Amino acid sequence: MSTEFEFTIDGETVVAKPGQTLMDACDDAGVYIPRLCDVEGLVPQGSCRVCTVKVNGRTVAACTQPAEPGVVVENDTPQVQGYRRDLVRMLFHEGNHLCPICEASGRCELQAMAYRLGISQDSLYPYLQPVRPVDASHPDIALDTNRCILCGRCIRASRDVDGKNIFEYVGRGIHKRIGVNAENLAATDASIDDYAMSLEVCPVGCIIRKREGFFAPIGQRQFDNKPIGWEIEARHKNRIAVHQIDPSEEQS
Amino acid sequence: MDNDNATLIKQACADYGNDPRRMMDILWQVQDRLRCIDGEAMSLIASLTGTYRVEVEGVVSFYAFFSDKRKGDITIRLCDDIVDRHAGAQAVAEAFSDALGIQPGETSADGGFSLEFTPCIGMCDQAPAALINDVVVTRLTPAKVKSILRTLRKTKDPQALIGQTGDGANSHPLVKAMVRNNIRQPGPVLLTDANPEQGLQAALQLSPQEVITQIEESLLRGRGGAGFPTGRKWRLAANTPAEERYVICNADEGEPGTFKDRVLLTEKPDMLFAGMTIAAYAVGARHGILYLRGEYRYLRAYLEAKLQQRREQNLLGAGILGRDDFTFDIRIQMGAGAYICGEESSLISSCEGKRGEPKNRPPFPVQSGYLGYPTVVNNVETLSCVSRIMEQSAHWFRAMGTTGSSGTKLLSISGDCARPGIYEVVFGVTLAEILQQAGAQDAAAIVVGGASGQIVGRTEFHRRLCFEDLASAGAIVCFNSSRNILEAAAYYMDFFIEESCGYCTPCRVGNVFLKKGLEKIMLGEGEPEDLDYLRNLSDTIIATSRCGLGHTSPNPILSTMKYFPLVYSAMVKERPGGMQAGFNIQKALDEARIIAKRRSLIYDPAYGDKE
Ligand code: SF4
Ligand code: SF4
Ligand code: SF4
Ligand code: FES
Repeated sequence: MSTEFEFTIDGETVVAKPGQTLMDACDDAGVYIPRLCDVEGLVPQGSCRVCTVKVNGRTVAACTQPAEPGVVVENDTPQVQGYRRDLVRMLFHEGNHLCPICEASGRCELQAMAYRLGISQDSLYPYLQPVRPVDASHPDIALDTNRCILCGRCIRASRDVDGKNIFEYVGRGIHKRIGVNAENLAATDASIDDYAMSLEVCPVGCIIRKREGFFAPIGQRQFDNKPIGWEIEARHKNRIAVHQIDPSEEQS
Repeated sequence: MDNDNATLIKQACADYGNDPRRMMDILWQVQDRLRCIDGEAMSLIASLTGTYRVEVEGVVSFYAFFSDKRKGDITIRLCDDIVDRHAGAQAVAEAFSDALGIQPGETSADGGFSLEFTPCIGMCDQAPAALINDVVVTRLTPAKVKSILRTLRKTKDPQALIGQTGDGANSHPLVKAMVRNNIRQPGPVLLTDANPEQGLQAALQLSPQEVITQIEESLLRGRGGAGFPTGRKWRLAANTPAEERYVICNADEGEPGTFKDRVLLTEKPDMLFAGMTIAAYAVGARHGILYLRGEYRYLRAYLEAKLQQRREQNLLGAGILGRDDFTFDIRIQMGAGAYICGEESSLISSCEGKRGEPKNRPPFPVQSGYLGYPTVVNNVETLSCVSRIMEQSAHWFRAMGTTGSSGTKLLSISGDCARPGIYEVVFGVTLAEILQQAGAQDAAAIVVGGASGQIVGRTEFHRRLCFEDLASAGAIVCFNSSRNILEAAAYYMDFFIEESCGYCTPCRVGNVFLKKGLEKIMLGEGEPEDLDYLRNLSDTIIATSRCGLGHTSPNPILSTMKYFPLVYSAMVKERPGGMQAGFNIQKALDEARIIAKRRSLIYDPAYGDKE
């Protein structure tokens, strides 16, 4: 057995085990690194880049970067948070996001991340306004990829947990999207009981469980009272208050 | 699906052992025969290879040369590189369009022809050019279009278009291409008469460790642009414990404006294969792959024959040159139209039959590459240098060039110059000297290193080509003073948007936003803040992207902003009274006007009268 080692993040010392990624080690220590494509229980893929941190001055994705002894990590710095804001905005502008009428509002990780990062205003980015057909063929599940952020969590959940491979990426570049393993979802063996279709998997309102929309009233939704990442920060030995960025502090 | 098609697909899968790792080969065969890989074909291929339909679809939809919709029996792919555009590609495209009655992107109703645009096919020195199925046609003019189509309609065979073949091995019966080499300046290392097998023989006299030491001492750096020391790469691979190791040659030269590998592959394949064999010996690999870009498929039969010849000469296969302990062979893997596959880990993904997406690093390919084995990926030029270094000596090689860049560099020079073609120059040469040689005296701007490189102006022509100053994968594109530099930057941005694999957010989305920001400036609607916007967005894309494509994609904009500040400042204006130039109320209303089929009374009583 090799032994534990230490590194620092924003000046704080974190203890890591060999084989852990930066994200794993920080999660254990109660230091939250924002993320969208990574979620506990699935292999990390490093695609959203929201978990970008600086390691010894070089930017890397914390979810795939192995922790190494003695490295100096920057996480909650204006520059790194600025990158994340840009990335989250890109995701907002790439798809069609109309939070007020979206059934995922209040439990949506993209929305919650925007709040956490202090994004409350329009940005200079153009809106790409895609028009992608909604796949409502399946009796229990609908797929509205206009809100998809291409995190691939459904792909990994279906493949690695359900053993089904319902989803996969198709197309490339800005035309990349989520495809299903048949002409449409109804023609696959997707089931509402799949882990891939559970509320934990799709971070936004793209995989929709029919007849279950708007199940929690405003005020009781997942992120209504606690910001995204709070459960990780709650593990911190000297619990520190979440640093929500005040939009007025935002420099961009 | 009818039975014939099903039989064809079954045959294609069987030819590759129903192995999903050979998906690229299976798909090529199906695409060639059926002219598409539709949903039913995907399902059948998936069931035969034990994968999932959507995975097959993922691969098909990743590569530009595969299609789920039926393509014409003859697919005309017009090169849309900026050099081709400057050489009149638009008029050629219109001539094809008119004669065929279809627009680019369409297939004729009878299924006979498809017309498409495709990024740089590596023929910039003989632009405008096109790929007609696998056949390269060069120096197109609208006048030639008629006779081309007449021949195609009569013979249904693109091969029939080749009248006179090009120089050198282009006229070899297995190549038979009208392509010309245009070797303008031979040099001491690559474009020379040397017996490549001497290098291999010399290497086999040494121990693998000694070969690696030689390469390290030569200070050879990878010729793909990044310049990683080749010897160090090999040592890392050799030192990783594993049962198998692989050597892959990257012949996916896709950087717009580069065509030097095409010439090496045509004229010096043995030098390359000897280099691969030396690399295999040094790192302990038994298998090699030549990853050949889809655009160069016309060279495939010729290269296969060369490999076969080497097997017969005991230069490949078991017990090479009598060394019973050394077995190595090479297979050719065809790419299918994806620039990102020039990135070494994407290239490995593609060789494994997957979408050509880069892999996470670490682990690096030298630790865990093709099928998880330690893999050395070097490009054509690098491996060709290897056989010469072993033949001559590390010292000989290092004596050429600069302290940090030893040896010579092949340049592909094209655009506004009198002598486009291939030049072998010693590292450290200045841009001015290069332009002089190529006959580009009136160059106002040149692209050094293709889309991912720098666009520099006259004030920089004293700079030197080497890793310490201006590094380049080898593309030099000249623009004279009549060219619009912003149009060039916009062209390269479009290229990156097209070629981004889409894996990560900053590159997939950010490049689109960069391009839109540039367009705004080109329309004369830009404000000074828009320049900051471009800089900040570029910074985020470079810092957060996952691979080299996103790390360099903002270069066309950043380098033009840096070297042509006056062009930008001429286009960008302060607006009085806080008015936003980017917002045009008339344009914003256009869509509503169209829907309403009438003009708005509030904003534009006279709109349209002026037009
Ligand atoms: S998916 Fe999330 S961000 Fe998008 S509209 Fe719904 S709540 Fe808003
Ligand atoms: S459907 Fe949901 S889980 Fe799947 S990639 Fe899109 S956003 Fe992610
Ligand atoms: S930087 Fe671009 S090409 Fe590279 S992984 Fe990201 S999306 Fe793909
Ligand atoms: S969470 Fe690491 S890249 Fe998405």
